[in-house]
Amino acid sequence: MSTSVESATTITDDGAATRTAAMQQAATLPVRRRGRRSYAWLVPTLYIIFLMVPIYWLLNMSFKTTGEVLGQFTLWPHNFTLENYRTIFTDPTWYRGYINSLLYVTINTLLSLGAALPAAYAFSRYRFLGDKHFFFWLLTNRMAPPAIFVLPFVQLYSSVELFDTHLAVALAHCLFNIPLAVWILEGFMSGVPKEIDETAYIDGYSFPHFFVKIFMPLIATGIGVAAFFCFMFSWVELLLAKNLTSTGARPIASIMTRTASISGYEVSLLAAAAVLTLIPGAVVIYFVRNYIARGFALGRV
Amino acid sequence: MALQLDKVSKTVGAERHISDISLTLEKGSLTVLLGPTLAGKTTLMRLMAGLERPTQGRVLVEGVDVTGAPVQRRNVAMVYQQFINFPGMTVYENIASPLRVAGVPRTELDRRVREIAEFMHLEGMLDRLPLELSGGQQQRAALARALVKQADLVLLDEPLANLDYKLREELRAELPRIFDESGAIFVYATTEPLEALLLGGSTATLNEGRITQFGPTAEVYRRPVDLVTARTFSDPPLNTVAVRVAGNEAASSDGAFRVPASGSLKGLADGDYIVGFRPHHLHLTTPGGEAVPVRARVAVSEITGSESFIHVTFAGTNWIAIAHGVHDLANGTEIEVWVEPHRLFVFAPDGRLAAAPELAAAA
Repeated sequence: MSTSVESATTITDDGAATRTAAMQQAATLPVRRRGRRSYAWLVPTLYIIFLMVPIYWLLNMSFKTTGEVLGQFTLWPHNFTLENYRTIFTDPTWYRGYINSLLYVTINTLLSLGAALPAAYAFSRYRFLGDKHFFFWLLTNRMAPPAIFVLPFVQLYSSVELFDTHLAVALAHCLFNIPLAVWILEGFMSGVPKEIDETAYIDGYSFPHFFVKIFMPLIATGIGVAAFFCFMFSWVELLLAKNLTSTGARPIASIMTRTASISGYEVSLLAAAAVLTLIPGAVVIYFVRNYIARGFALGRV
Repeated sequence: MALQLDKVSKTVGAERHISDISLTLEKGSLTVLLGPTLAGKTTLMRLMAGLERPTQGRVLVEGVDVTGAPVQRRNVAMVYQQFINFPGMTVYENIASPLRVAGVPRTELDRRVREIAEFMHLEGMLDRLPLELSGGQQQRAALARALVKQADLVLLDEPLANLDYKLREELRAELPRIFDESGAIFVYATTEPLEALLLGGSTATLNEGRITQFGPTAEVYRRPVDLVTARTFSDPPLNTVAVRVAGNEAASSDGAFRVPASGSLKGLADGDYIVGFRPHHLHLTTPGGEAVPVRARVAVSEITGSESFIHVTFAGTNWIAIAHGVHDLANGTEIEVWVEPHRLFVFAPDGRLAAAPELAAAA
């Protein structure tokens, strides 16, 4: 602030400043401005550091031995080790957790999109009795805490022998993912004029042909965003996934949040597992980074 | 192929969009659907295309009932007011799309696409995406895809409405050439009387879901069967005033407008009538003959360049005069406007035409 006042004063002091003098002044200005803006990075940097602390601490732990983690306070691993990661990639009880999680997440994403695509099309193109209420009711499914569905799901899946299968978790996650996907896709679909559909029918396309060949490419972004959200919410969900499985389909999130095992207290191992669990989400988010805002706006512009 | 609508109605909820329309369109004909917004033009076209099913009545093609047949099974093409092309496909693929679905062999498909592209002046743009084209080019691409199919029925729903003035003129000049080349039934919806007159063919005037008149365009223009049709077919709006004919004079109830019962008014029985005439027949200076003056106040004057639109008002009646050249009249000025009795359309109070000007004077 003070520097800018100074520079302004200098210019006025010159009074009948020649063009050259003004240009010299202009040449020095950017340097001063840079000096003035030098604190702008401070707040975001502090904030990012604040956010990164738990992640750093997780990484830090994952490269230590459990003894070091529990025995002393160290800011970086003094006895750097990859043993924790090696254990996870070689021990089936660990890496199966990832496979289980990825499996039910993938099944859930496919199921959700498969159900949401036609549903969203219907909501975006047709008027029918109670359509608006039904559409809103879908969203209210997201507002219920998953905890209340644990008991009915466990009981129901046990009685139809779905308990402890990937399909069980995938189906349970449809509860909140289908409504979300319907809302996102409906937003994207409503952005496509109805005349496009009609033009296709006039051209002679049958409905399925039109839907796959013309319509889906037009809302490809929406499908991508909806898939991402389904993936993400299914990936981070713990309660249903944990309670609907025992050994056969146990997700990594459940395995990694146990505190003790037969081999004792393995904090650093759990940390390594957590680090690996971060990766799929990070990879997926990279691909949809430009479209996430529209996803959170549920496809509406 | 002849398309026949037989007592077709369309009701949506409690609203009647189309009321009891019967119409026969012959092969190789051009029909203009003329009517204001919400008159039912688009709905009527959608019924013709098979995009919607009539609530009552039948649609026949060559005498065969196709009322319930889906649009895919009818050989129709449609061009919308918005420029509708598939955004993800190149112009070439867009034009080729109906042929691909129909399974036209590759060499013939290529020949037809290139032929129609040349015809619509799209040769250099075949590899581009529709959104990279100008509005006029996009609409030409949409027209090309409608024509390439060689459909029996081509529906054009206000195709020029979203284009700017220059492009509209340009494309409008090309349309008659397109119609001549094809043997299809063309149906063209528009809100603009001028467009109907330029295109020729037949005109069906629509109002509130009814066809008020159907006939050769010039005839509908010169001899509208009723006041609604005359209003629909006049832009700027028809000038009207209610009069009472008594003996050899017709006068409005307040006496502000008085004409001798000559011209179209000659020989009418005494009674109440509504007289109407087009804005370019309201003169600012006397045209001679039997023209009579009316004292009126200038409400607004709009200057378009070669013409001025003078809105005048007298005794609660609003009229518009179109005059050549620039007439810069201050609002509120008292002026005399001149009406020629032989230019008047005379309507009975229920709106039916009672007397029309001689053909030469009707334009």
